[in-house]
Amino acid sequence: MAREGPLRVPITADVDIVTARQEGRDLAERMGCSSIESTMIATAISEIARNITSHAGRGEIAISAVAIDGRNAIEVVASDKGPGIADIERAMQDGYSTGAGLGLGLPGAGRLMDHFEVRSESGVGTTVIMRKWCP
Amino acid sequence: MAVPILRQGAYLIATVQSAMTDTEALRLRDDLVRQVGLYRARGIIVDLTALDLMDSFAARSLRTIAHMTRLRGADMVVVGVQPEVAFAMVQLGLTFEDVYTALDLEEGLRFLDARTGKD
Repeated sequence: MAREGPLRVPITADVDIVTARQEGRDLAERMGCSSIESTMIATAISEIARNITSHAGRGEIAISAVAIDGRNAIEVVASDKGPGIADIERAMQDGYSTGAGLGLGLPGAGRLMDHFEVRSESGVGTTVIMRKWCP
Repeated sequence: MAVPILRQGAYLIATVQSAMTDTEALRLRDDLVRQVGLYRARGIIVDLTALDLMDSFAARSLRTIAHMTRLRGADMVVVGVQPEVAFAMVQLGLTFEDVYTALDLEEGLRFLDARTGKD
C-alpha cells in the first residue's frame, strides 16, 4: 500500500489517549491487520500515551504505515519533552514504576509489538518508537 | 460520558462502552462504591462486552473497584471480555488474578446468585 504521512495526535489529557489508540486501530484495520493485531496495537498505544500524560504532561503520538524490506508495518512514534527516563533498563522491567501505575506500560507495550525502542535523555525528553508487521 | 449503571434487584449492572477514558473509569469506581450503600447492593456486574481494549489503567481501576466494593459487602464479577481483548491483556501482562470473571451477563448473574445464596 502507499505510504501515508504520519497522523499526529497531540497528547495532553486522558481523552487524547483514547483518540490516539482509536486512530491507531483505524489505521491498522485499513492496512488489513487482524482484529487481534489491531487490538494489540491500540493497547500498546494506550500504554505509551499514558506514559506521556503521567510523566511528561504533554507530547505527541505519530502513527504511520511504513514499508520495511518490502513488508508493511504500522509505526508509532511517541515523543515528549518531559524529564526523560533515567534508567531505561529498569523502566523496561515488569513492575518497575516511578509513577502510580502497575509498571507494565513500557515492557507490556514492548510485548504487544514486534519492534520497540526507547530513546531518552534526562531533562530533554523521551521518544518511543514501536512497530508491528501488518498484516 | 458516564458508564450507565442499572439496578436489578440486589445487583448493580454497569455497562462499559467501547472507549473508556481514565476519568470515566474513576467515576465508575466512585459511582459503584456509593451506589452499593445507596441501594444496599449485594452484587455488581461490570459488562465489558462493548469494550474494545483493556489497558493497565482500566485494569487497575476495575481491580480497585472489586476490592472497594467487596469491603462494602458486595461481590463484583466482570463479564464479556472479548477474545482479542483477553489476548492483548495477557501479552501486556494483566492477569486480573483477584477479580471474578464470567463469560457473559447470564453467567455473571448465575455466579452472583450462587455467591449470595440466592438460588
